[in-house]
Amino acid sequence: MSQLPPNIYEQQAANKRNTIIVMAIFTAFVGFLGFGVDAFILGSEFPIATFIALCIGAGTAYWGLANGATAILTSASAAPIPPDDPRYQQLRNVVDEMTIASGLPSPRLFVIPDPDPNAFATGKDPGHASIAVTNGLLEKLNREELQAVVAHEMSHVRNYDTRMMTVVAALAGAVMLLSEFGLRATWLGGGKKRDRGGLGPILLVLWIVAMILAPLITQLLSMAVSRQREYLADASGAELTRNPLALAAALQKIDAANEPTRSIKKGTGHLCIADPLGRSVNSKEGALADLFATHPPIDKRIMLLKAMAFQHT
Amino acid sequence: MIVFYGFVILVAVLILWAIGKYNSLVTLRNQVANGWKQIDVQLKRRHDLIPNLVNTVKGYMQFEQETLEKVIKARNAAVSATGVGNIAAKEGELSGALSRLFALAENYPTLKANENVKQLQEELSSTENKISFARQFYNDIATKFNISQQVFPGNLIAGMFGFQAAELFEVKEAAEREVPTVDLSLKK
Repeated sequence: MSQLPPNIYEQQAANKRNTIIVMAIFTAFVGFLGFGVDAFILGSEFPIATFIALCIGAGTAYWGLANGATAILTSASAAPIPPDDPRYQQLRNVVDEMTIASGLPSPRLFVIPDPDPNAFATGKDPGHASIAVTNGLLEKLNREELQAVVAHEMSHVRNYDTRMMTVVAALAGAVMLLSEFGLRATWLGGGKKRDRGGLGPILLVLWIVAMILAPLITQLLSMAVSRQREYLADASGAELTRNPLALAAALQKIDAANEPTRSIKKGTGHLCIADPLGRSVNSKEGALADLFATHPPIDKRIMLLKAMAFQHT
Repeated sequence: MIVFYGFVILVAVLILWAIGKYNSLVTLRNQVANGWKQIDVQLKRRHDLIPNLVNTVKGYMQFEQETLEKVIKARNAAVSATGVGNIAAKEGELSGALSRLFALAENYPTLKANENVKQLQEELSSTENKISFARQFYNDIATKFNISQQVFPGNLIAGMFGFQAAELFEVKEAAEREVPTVDLSLKK
């Protein structure tokens, strides 16, 4: 009576559902922090602080979205691939194949001079997408595996993951503003409107606890979204190639080359196929390790990909 | 009065929904047509690459003239084929001829080491992949089009404006399967 492992479409549906749940919790958290600032400190009936914090958060995040791609590529010292260099013919072909399979416009291609195998995608929408791979990836993977990695990255583009992570950054920015302001105002003895009675004191305590824990909670929620998008990109990538085992093999090779991808800076990690820092947190399975990682454990990803292959053959 | 306004709003919402549904069906229909054209583009690309390949490998594979001729013949037959069924059959034969050529090429180490041949082989295997991915994309988008025509309430709009279900691409040609069918039934 063992249950069948989830197939490609069920996995995608589950990942999308999980993203929505996490984003709803995140939004509710911002709302609660904002409500506290409005009610306890400003004594306002209207969500002024929430609104301002969200505007500033969205503004900085949008700026990051508009200029982020170039900044990320520059910081990774990624060079555009010359259009007729025979060394990159296979990569160009594989990318063309994936644009055909996905129906997306061709992304710009970059190569990063780094011996560790890794790859990432960026750009604000499919029309402005860039995909960068390291030299190590081109050397270590065979054609099928390279195709699988490109399919994973194209899936990040197709699923608008850069935009998703920008929204996450906007919410995280709003949380930071609200909790900084709220805590300072509380310590400085603001909050004259405390004598409300009823639910007031309980809410106040909850709100102060929420502000103190805000950086931690933000981190946990952002990482949860990031991991769901990784699972989703694995599943959609496998849908493009119809070859989940090739991605599993590629992940195994990337995992085996267990050195950090030095060219890729912290903060870009969530866009990569595997955590560029090579942190042990991503490979250890366990509830606590899971919570703080940008990427799900590679073993678990491989297991899910094998489950998809099982369903398709 | 309230009932009247409620009715007006309801009708407006329904009309807006119908317009949206109609437009999304038209978009999908065009994507399906474009997906079909993509397959043609890739087939044409393969036709253009083959003479190059044959010229390059000719010198190395003198003993395989017959195979090379077969590839050229299959290619020319595919170029001049007309009609969906016929094209599919001829392209299938061409795929078969090419894969036999590649299998034979394994016996020629000097050929395999040649940079030009390597590049051409990469180009051709990529084109083969592109053809199958173009077919896969066509089938994916056609399935999406068909589903959105068939599920309720989209089927009402699809029926009203006479949308037709798109045909899925199937491997019909015998050469692409290359497995003889043995009929052991005692019918007839």
